[in-house]
Amino acid sequence: MSGIGWWGVPVAVLAGAIRVSTPFLFVSLGELVTEKSGRVNLGLEGTLVMGAMSGFAVAWLTGSPWLGVLAAALVGALLGVLHAAICSLPRVNPIAVGIAMMLFGTGLAFYLGKPFIEPKAPELPALDLGAWSTSPAIRSALKVNALFFIGVALAPALVWMLRNSGIGLVLRMVGDSEDAARAMGYSPRLVRLAATAFGGAMAGIGGSFLSLYYPGSWNEGLSSGQGITAVALVIFARWNPMGCLWASLLFGGAGALGPALQAIGVTGFYHLFNALPYMVTLLIMIISCSPDRTLAGAPGELSITR
Amino acid sequence: MTSGSGFSRRAVLAGLGVGAAGLAADGLVAPAARAAGKTVVGFIYVGTANDYGYNQAHAEGAAAVRKMPGVTVLEQARVPETVAVQNTMDGMINLDGASILFPTSFGYFDPFVLRLAKSKPKVQFLHAGGLWKEGEPLNAHSYFGFISQAVYTAGIVAGHMSKSKKLGFIAAKPIPQVLRNINAFTLGAQSVDPSITTTVVFTGDWFLPVREAEAANSLADQGADVLTCHVDSPKVVMETAEKRGIFCTGYHTNQAVLAPKAYLTGAEWNWTGLYPRLVGDLIAGKTLPNMIRGGFREGFVRNSAYNAIVPEAARKQADAVREQFMAGSFAVFKGPLKDNKGNTVIGAGTTVDEFDLVLEQMNYLVAGVIGSTG
Repeated sequence: MSGIGWWGVPVAVLAGAIRVSTPFLFVSLGELVTEKSGRVNLGLEGTLVMGAMSGFAVAWLTGSPWLGVLAAALVGALLGVLHAAICSLPRVNPIAVGIAMMLFGTGLAFYLGKPFIEPKAPELPALDLGAWSTSPAIRSALKVNALFFIGVALAPALVWMLRNSGIGLVLRMVGDSEDAARAMGYSPRLVRLAATAFGGAMAGIGGSFLSLYYPGSWNEGLSSGQGITAVALVIFARWNPMGCLWASLLFGGAGALGPALQAIGVTGFYHLFNALPYMVTLLIMIISCSPDRTLAGAPGELSITR
Repeated sequence: MTSGSGFSRRAVLAGLGVGAAGLAADGLVAPAARAAGKTVVGFIYVGTANDYGYNQAHAEGAAAVRKMPGVTVLEQARVPETVAVQNTMDGMINLDGASILFPTSFGYFDPFVLRLAKSKPKVQFLHAGGLWKEGEPLNAHSYFGFISQAVYTAGIVAGHMSKSKKLGFIAAKPIPQVLRNINAFTLGAQSVDPSITTTVVFTGDWFLPVREAEAANSLADQGADVLTCHVDSPKVVMETAEKRGIFCTGYHTNQAVLAPKAYLTGAEWNWTGLYPRLVGDLIAGKTLPNMIRGGFREGFVRNSAYNAIVPEAARKQADAVREQFMAGSFAVFKGPLKDNKGNTVIGAGTTVDEFDLVLEQMNYLVAGVIGSTG
């Protein structure tokens, strides 16, 4: 078994794009739906950590990783409902509530998660797409988790849902003009509640991927800000689900670049390579921003762009 | 948001309060009843006490102290390296009557331990990893083990087991302690086969599970077939090695249970041996030195039991070197030694004693290490 040299870099970036992107993908798709209804939930970092903890705990206690994912989704949805409920009170700032929920979620997860740091929970199954290859690097890179496929399928499904379905229309209407939605007889409050609950559930699932597959254990430092990064990815993706998919893959791949370059012996500037995903985001933000108009694609009622 | 009345920003503040309470509750440990006639010993950890890593090694030492008669042990985990640790220590002294404290994280020492040691001259502070200097309070002590000796013997085992002659080392930051371990691991493996190389991946911080997993996978992709690490919790690296079907050697404490097939051996702190000794000496009224250092010989470090697959030749060589460490007749760092840029760092005929503080300022990687300190 010898190394694959420079080929290791594209292989690692591809593998990283698949392995590391899943939490970004789920959280950003969830947040996209929430933001389409005109609300920002900054608390998804806390939801992600709660999802990771509760998913791991349930998977360990029941022996079924899929029950863990389900529990993570439920806990995430509950936290989403809590956020939406507080925000539906008059004169409450959703950004401040989001920050509070972020602290609440992580604090609660750390507190409740103490007994689950040591055990090993069953892992989510993965598909061996690389079985044809004799290279262990390729085989490992193409070992793809089921949640990744679900996430990838969800992106075009959300595009279709937002564009063509009745739910999508109502969601967009609430997000673009609250007055129009009221005139049509829809309650913005209820729609946002549902949208935030959905966003929370997705963030919970994203968290369960961290604890149940990659890296696959619960610990307090498990999330290095994936939740909050994913919220930023939504803006980066211009509120387009397919954009979320590409942005998540880009982030996952860029995150793998630093370790991969060091592994082949490119030893300098590893701090820069490790910061690459963030530099790319900044760069795209700078290139695409304009002082004259709000961000293209932003829902009209979204509190961060108003 | 529509305008309205009733709830003001107070609702938001309440939300923040709940969040803060969640975080605060996490660090709380119910104060033990004030012990009468008992020695109270307090242990403070920067992370979780069951992380399969640095903190767990200390917590195992604390558990050994707990078994001593007439001793009450207090523990508090997840105390940041800020003024929070000073408050924690203060609380343990004033509320629980602690007379011996083990603040176990590097950043606790200066200024928090030093400051409190000055104002509480009757309390003994035993700090892991710091460098006590002349003029600092005499009731402040700094202890540490030469774990690089145990890393060296683990390197011997790795050298025997590697077929690709490529080892992988996942490290947090290029600081002297870490570089010393990378070098010891490489030198141990090279004592088996001089052609062995170690590729280092620096992750940039002490606990980044996703990046550690990426690093382990990248190293495996490049053909490294024995991995080890110097991060706070080696859990992810060990589990990734097991998944990839390659080998690993542990660090801080025993991680064999996480990787039953891959885990060859490991370099462990022997705090379970040291802490009861230190506490016993203090209770007996002895004065401890301010700089407490030791390796195999002094019982500060140890190796994990060998995996069943480790061949006889590897065990023999590692055991023999360990015997020499025990006898004090072996040094990891001796000349002629070159760094990986070709400079001679230790001249021929020179042997650097393990106690020499020059090793605690190491700033190079030896020849055969693929990586850079910058």
